[in-house]
Amino acid sequence: MPVYNIIQAVNDALRLEMRKNPRVVVLGEDVGRFGGVFRATTGLQEEFGKDRVMDTPLAEAGIIGTAIGMALYGLRPVAEIQFADFIFPAFDQIVNELAKFRYRSGGEYPAPMVIRTPYGGGIRGGHYHSQSPEALFAHTAGLKVIIPSNPYDAKGLLLTALRDEDPVMFLEPKRVYRAARGEVPEGEYTIPFGQAKIVREGQGLTVLCYGAMLHVVMEALEKQGAAEFDPEVIDLRSLVPLDTETILESVRKTGRVVIVHEAQKTCGFGAELSALIAEKALLHLEAPIVRVCGLDTPFPYTLEMEYLPSPERITKAIADTARF
Amino acid sequence: MSTAVPTPVARPSGLDQAPYQLIAPDGRCDAARIDACAVPAAQLLALYRGMLRIRLMDERLLTMQRQGRISFYGEARGQEAAVVGTAAALGPEDYIVPALREAGAALYRGLPLAAYIAQIFGNDHDLTRGRQMPCHPGSRAARYVTMSSCIGTQLPHATGMAMAAQQLRDGHVIAGYMGDGATSEGDFHVALNFAGVFRAPVVFVCQNNQWAISTPVSQQTATPTMAEKALAYGLPAVRCDGNDVLACYVAMRALVARARRGEGPQFLEALTYRVSAHSSSDDPSRYRDESVTAVWREARCPLVRFRAFLLGRGLLSPEGDSALREELDAEVRAVITAEESVAPPPLRSLIEDVFALVPPHLVEQLAEVAAALPQKPAH
Ligand SMILES: Cc1ncc(C[n+]2csc(CCOP(=O)(O)OP(=O)(O)O)c2C)c(N)n1
Ligand SMILES: [Mg+2]
Repeated sequence: MPVYNIIQAVNDALRLEMRKNPRVVVLGEDVGRFGGVFRATTGLQEEFGKDRVMDTPLAEAGIIGTAIGMALYGLRPVAEIQFADFIFPAFDQIVNELAKFRYRSGGEYPAPMVIRTPYGGGIRGGHYHSQSPEALFAHTAGLKVIIPSNPYDAKGLLLTALRDEDPVMFLEPKRVYRAARGEVPEGEYTIPFGQAKIVREGQGLTVLCYGAMLHVVMEALEKQGAAEFDPEVIDLRSLVPLDTETILESVRKTGRVVIVHEAQKTCGFGAELSALIAEKALLHLEAPIVRVCGLDTPFPYTLEMEYLPSPERITKAIADTARF
Repeated sequence: MSTAVPTPVARPSGLDQAPYQLIAPDGRCDAARIDACAVPAAQLLALYRGMLRIRLMDERLLTMQRQGRISFYGEARGQEAAVVGTAAALGPEDYIVPALREAGAALYRGLPLAAYIAQIFGNDHDLTRGRQMPCHPGSRAARYVTMSSCIGTQLPHATGMAMAAQQLRDGHVIAGYMGDGATSEGDFHVALNFAGVFRAPVVFVCQNNQWAISTPVSQQTATPTMAEKALAYGLPAVRCDGNDVLACYVAMRALVARARRGEGPQFLEALTYRVSAHSSSDDPSRYRDESVTAVWREARCPLVRFRAFLLGRGLLSPEGDSALREELDAEVRAVITAEESVAPPPLRSLIEDVFALVPPHLVEQLAEVAAALPQKPAH
């Protein structure tokens, strides 16, 4: 079985689906001839031509807006936004148009498509190459929000996204784009949305995380001694739809919860997870729910590793929660 | 004496030409020019019927809004020629991506009047299931995309649909509509730029009615025309008299044919005037000189003009015109009566169409709503 990084897994999924479904098209800035600034679309234009792999002008609202039009017309567009930080020129198109088209048209005009975008910090990118906007999209009814943490999931989830009937925000953790490597089966396979993965079973407490943070959590376990508290580590993989069953089952078992995400704390996805657990499993809790998140500041540059959840911060949160 | 200072590039002279017109406001025309357009009599009558139908419908619905029977209404009064003339030039399988005043275009190409009225009531017959305020129709069968209230957002969709049509090589053309105000939005520029770069078969139609709520076009842009914005993106542009339905039809027909032949995106600026208030929530006497409006409303009325033309050419008689009015008015009244008593959509529709399948958390949220609904008194 080949060993891929996340970029190669994404590329593989796109290539397979484009071979299978002639209606799948890719568009974005520098995705064609150059193969994307992170190389995720390398070789696609050579294989599928300029009609299906389109280098667009530099306008995110145009990329998403025209992709919506293609989806309304029956194509299956995959729009790449070069960095999640630059998605905001298209925010109106995503929130007011894409997310609402099926609903506002009474099902006359659904717009199934995929928006792929690298997100997250830890790559020395400062304010505008580091943000994690997932909660904004999870807050918007009508969008699915998917975040893989490894190559196997990236390929299987992207293939599902390309066949889904709804718009999918596919956020790729660029910090581990190349670092996360693993065996990826050749050929097609899909991973259903709404299924979290229990990465490590445990009895002591539940750790909820996704994307690049999974790797930081695992580092806390492996290098900082957090494993001694026997955490159950859950990689959510899919924020919308959310696997509430797996989350609640684990919480009922452990009674203790630590949530880790790199987006800022206030109104981050961790707030939603905390509320869910409070609503549905309050009486199982034996300790306050703890969130380890980015600070409520713009994303910094020099001190970014202090801003981001670190193995040390996570270990301390795990220890405090386990001992509470 | 030569100078080192550069001279700014000249504005193309074509932009200063009078807009394309075939029928003068009093109905007179150059018969040879009209004949050269080769528009069959049946088509001419269909244009008149389409315009008259929305005029009568708008009048009736605005009255109903005043009576409190519907919450809101936005008329297209005075713009019927631009709406119907351009829509009539499209093929049955071409798509319309509308802005806010093109409902008459949907009706012209076959959206049942009942569907339009049902949307206004937001009742159980509404194809779009009571999810938007009045005047937001949409239908796949009529190839009329369901609009949102957001100004300008539809224009990149029109370009994208045209890019898809080009890719699928189905020969269809997309018409993307906008008002003059929309040309200030980023989406307008993005849409024209992408269309130009990809040579997409889209025809943009700007209904320049000279107002965006209280903002006159002179405060919307420093350019004297909207057409020159299209030139900036490499689109051929035509300016036409938007109150001359035949000019709108013939101009649009030519642009649609060019787009269909693979000559890339096209732009039509139809010059007209918003003689009505912006909507039922607006009072234009607070911000504009209504004596100017009166000129457009009467002397430049597109229906008066085309009626005079048809009478002059012997294609319509005063009696025939009265009979047509009666027929259309009766149709509008009957449909309104039928739709007004239709029940609202079922509660369950609240959570449908968010996603292709209704997810469990929405079922749970709806159950909470349903459990606390006030009991309806038994009849
Ligand atoms: C993005 C956005 N901003 C503001 C509004 C409020 N609004 C509704 S219609 C309108 C004016 C539109 O003018 P124009 O494009 O000329 O169309 P017209 O009403 O003249 O047909 C405004 C400001 C809106 N609907 N969407
Ligand atoms: Mg206007």
